[in-house]
Amino acid sequence: MRHATAQQPIRRPQEAASIRPATVQALTFQAGGQTLLDGLDLALDRTSTTVIMGPNGAGKSLLLRLLHGLLTPSSGAVRWNGRAPDRAVRRRQAMVFQKPVLLRRSVLGNVTYALKVQGVARGARRTRAQAALADAGLAALARRPARVLSGGEQQRLALARAWATRPEVLFLDEPTANLDPAGAHVVERMVAEIKDRGTKIVLTTHDLGQARRLGDEVVFLHRGRLVERSPAQSFFDQPQSEQARAFLSGDLVL
Amino acid sequence: MENFASAFLAAFELIVGFDPELVEIVGLSLQVSLTAVLCAGVIGLPIGAALGVARFPGRQAVIVVLNALMGLPPVVAGLMIYLLLSRAGPLGELGLLFTPTAMVIAQTVLVTPIVAALTRQTVEDLHAEYAEQFRSLSVGPVRATATLLWDGRYSLFTGLLAGFGRAIAEVGAVIIVGGNINHVTRVMTTTIALETSKGNLELALGLGIILIALAVLVNAAVMSLRGLSAQATV
Repeated sequence: MRHATAQQPIRRPQEAASIRPATVQALTFQAGGQTLLDGLDLALDRTSTTVIMGPNGAGKSLLLRLLHGLLTPSSGAVRWNGRAPDRAVRRRQAMVFQKPVLLRRSVLGNVTYALKVQGVARGARRTRAQAALADAGLAALARRPARVLSGGEQQRLALARAWATRPEVLFLDEPTANLDPAGAHVVERMVAEIKDRGTKIVLTTHDLGQARRLGDEVVFLHRGRLVERSPAQSFFDQPQSEQARAFLSGDLVL
Repeated sequence: MENFASAFLAAFELIVGFDPELVEIVGLSLQVSLTAVLCAGVIGLPIGAALGVARFPGRQAVIVVLNALMGLPPVVAGLMIYLLLSRAGPLGELGLLFTPTAMVIAQTVLVTPIVAALTRQTVEDLHAEYAEQFRSLSVGPVRATATLLWDGRYSLFTGLLAGFGRAIAEVGAVIIVGGNINHVTRVMTTTIALETSKGNLELALGLGIILIALAVLVNAAVMSLRGLSAQATV
């Protein structure tokens, strides 16, 4: 991200107290007679970056959606500083989906739309959107229809749109799964800078290198259960659980 | 055969010479059908959008009925409006029968299901894609619906054009409620029917050529809109 906005402090809505930290209690999610997440207990602190890892089908994306309040748990609870993730809480979070959902309008229009929904005054929307696009290196594409952008540009736009709303918490579902190394690098740099400005990041990834580079802690899921939770360094150096060891070595072999 | 060729020639002369009678008839046709499409849009877009977004018991049945109404025979629509507007009918007091307004009402009844059904499909498909993002951004239902309508604008305009194509080409409804009165309710299709039966082929053919040209124009517009939406926004 460019320096112009890098110094700018994050402006939080004044009304309410922070929605961080979060606690997850006995979180269970069932669908179609199957238990997809089974009794998760977890505490998420205010600032460190949490990486959710695990094999396919472990429930990573599901956990993100439950944390963000896109889905309602079958039992158990998610609490953001004591509050369930209702509309007001979700407004202070943002999520970037694995396949970014872009509106059929211009690149700039996608960002101003999110700001409009957040109730940002008309005059401020444009300036803020353009700053976010500049941070994402998309300023030159502001007038383009969003849906003709390349995959990497689309992911950066989704990230810029999320960042423009100044979320306290940002969820990323495999943010670089479909990108080439250069594209992934740019996205990682953006994520690191968003974190540096005080946003709590929760992301899922299959990329061990990315987890090392971005993560402060790792939450490892296996078949819907929380198997291990460690600081990133020790997770990679000395995984405590059998499953994590198998996962790490298997991935390294590949 | 010679007769046929000379009729064609005369028809072209009517068109090129902006024959006043022909111009009047084409003008009324456009006025009636465009107004009907406008009304159908005002009614059909919100209904279609609501059906595309909302989930309620009996929704599937409503959609089946709506899709079936797309094929409503114009004469039946005309008959229904005739019964409503005739002296003895519930709206007879208004004295609308055999006026252009009655024709607009009848064509609105024909076009609204087309607009609503195509809107429903467009909005539902878009909503499937946008739903999670809407929830993530905490977009309320009213704004979500407005967003879906705007983002589906190219497809929705295609639906309106399809509705216009149906309205401008139908004869059954307007002849029943309009009565094909000279200088009052004569439109292209009703004139063609009348003049052909009278043996006055020039005017009938001239109007037929204009109708076909309109159909080509509408389809060209639909195609170029599809192209636009495909490259810029899909």
